[in-house]
Amino acid sequence: MKYSQGIFSDSYKLTPKKFDYYAATSLDEALSLLQEKEDAKILAGGQSLLALMKLRLAAPQALIDISKIEDLSYVREERGYLAIGALTIHDLIEHNETIRKRFTLLADAASKIGDQQIRNRGTIGGSACHADPAADLPTALLAANAQFVIRGHSGQRVVPAEEFFVDTFTTAVQPNEVLTEIRIPEFPPKTGSGYIKHSRREGDFAIVGVGAVVTLADGNICKDVRIGLGSVAATPIRAKAAEDYLRGKPLDDKTIIEAAERGPQGADPPSDMHGSREYRLEMIKVFIKRTVKLALTRV
Amino acid sequence: MALQALKTGMVQVTCKINGKEYTGMAEPRTLLVHFLRDDLNLTGTHIGCDTGHCGACTIMFNGKALKSCMLLAVQAQGAEILTVEGLAQGDKLHPIQEAFWENHGLQCGYCTPGMLIAGLFLLQRNPDPTEEEIRRGIEGNLCRCTGYVNIVKSIKAAAKKMQELKAQSSQATPTPKSQ
Ligand SMILES: Cc1cc2nc3c(=O)[nH]c(=O)nc-3n(C[C@H](O)[C@H](O)[C@H](O)COP(=O)(O)OP(=O)(O)OC[C@H]3O[C@@H](n4cnc5c(N)ncnc54)[C@H](O)[C@@H]3O)c2cc1C
Ligand code: FES
Ligand code: FES
Repeated sequence: MKYSQGIFSDSYKLTPKKFDYYAATSLDEALSLLQEKEDAKILAGGQSLLALMKLRLAAPQALIDISKIEDLSYVREERGYLAIGALTIHDLIEHNETIRKRFTLLADAASKIGDQQIRNRGTIGGSACHADPAADLPTALLAANAQFVIRGHSGQRVVPAEEFFVDTFTTAVQPNEVLTEIRIPEFPPKTGSGYIKHSRREGDFAIVGVGAVVTLADGNICKDVRIGLGSVAATPIRAKAAEDYLRGKPLDDKTIIEAAERGPQGADPPSDMHGSREYRLEMIKVFIKRTVKLALTRV
Repeated sequence: MALQALKTGMVQVTCKINGKEYTGMAEPRTLLVHFLRDDLNLTGTHIGCDTGHCGACTIMFNGKALKSCMLLAVQAQGAEILTVEGLAQGDKLHPIQEAFWENHGLQCGYCTPGMLIAGLFLLQRNPDPTEEEIRRGIEGNLCRCTGYVNIVKSIKAAAKKMQELKAQSSQATPTPKSQ
């Protein structure tokens, strides 16, 4: 007997609209398919795209599945930067030794995504391309000064984080392009980093997410700092006024609090069921303070 | 592997589930969980939300615990899958099933298939987890009945059972000592 015949009939199922499916076996194949097929979308981990398709918020005519392309999943040290393949899953980012030790904010951010099953499938490239302003990795990647390697039919270009995140759910990746790699420039000596997600329950999206990378000069003087804010604007943004205040100053409590007060400048957070605009503006201050301090403990 | 190009309409999907080969027909848009339940009649895997939140549909997919409502059936082509039906060996329950039974780790049982697989994934990589690690391991699995306390207890007990079994089996077949 088929169980679909009972009350679990097809009308009870949440199903995407019809599409053609192609499982690409190489990057070149994926690029050709993108070029050929009308209204095609890349499917990586599917942990955002399939959710949108089931809710019929997205209905592409074709899916090009790149999840089986093995050589797009890696974490490699190159001269001057760390290279992360676009298909590297969140779980690997969380547990990779080099990332934990030297690019700690990325491990922090990955470890806070959804739950174990989502981290076992969702990819760093998918998270970046989906560009949900409340997502964790994009904010950390902005703070880490990441570079995005984008392949198109006619070649490859490298886009800095500041230009990569264009708008909510919109990036510099064009419909016929694929993000292949994310590069994190080596942090200078005496650098520490961290990412803290503020959410009401584990696994929820961030009400506010803050990533920070702090570099010290001699003593306790802040030589350089980058602070990324998530869930407070259409894209992840830098807290530039707070950064400017910190540079060149000794990083004591008073300075950090003063800097955090400047955190909300440039933020334009939404009000929704997770938190009002006013609440988020306050939380930016609280979490900049905590994240800068966390980064300092890791210098 | 050749390019797999599937037009809308029904296509054939072959995969290994609980050690046995299965073949069925699915549309590209068919979710894996619906394929397992409705086409292969493997109804042990449950559907709670269809949106990736509840974890009732959790299966082991090529060695990783995943939510089968967040995968397409066609993506299972060639995959190795473990569902709750594959845990027991004949009449002998898997130690994690025994542990849930003995520790009252379920009430209505709706979340249980997903909890078992998520618990198993955790224990495979962390054979002796702390309570906090267990709670984090089942973050993606919602239970509306138990309040989780006995589920955590069950996974803790399963860890013990599985470690004992492992110790026993390594005693039974001692590795030759080089002298
Ligand atoms: C229950 C649940 C909870 C979650 N919680 C969180 C959370 O707390 N924090 C968080 O940050 N995220 C969360 N997510 C989202 C998760 O991180 C996704 O893995 C991620 O957003 C998308 O990655 P993916 O590989 O699944 O991409 P997909 O869903 O496959 O793709 C997403 C988009 O990016 C495009 N794309 C993907 N890869 C590429 C590429 N290489 N080149 C070009 N385009 C590409 C796709 O076409 C699509 O438009 C959650 C998801 C679920 C289901
Ligand atoms: S049915 Fe898949 S997570 Fe709820
Ligand atoms: S036992 Fe009923 S939902 Fe968990």
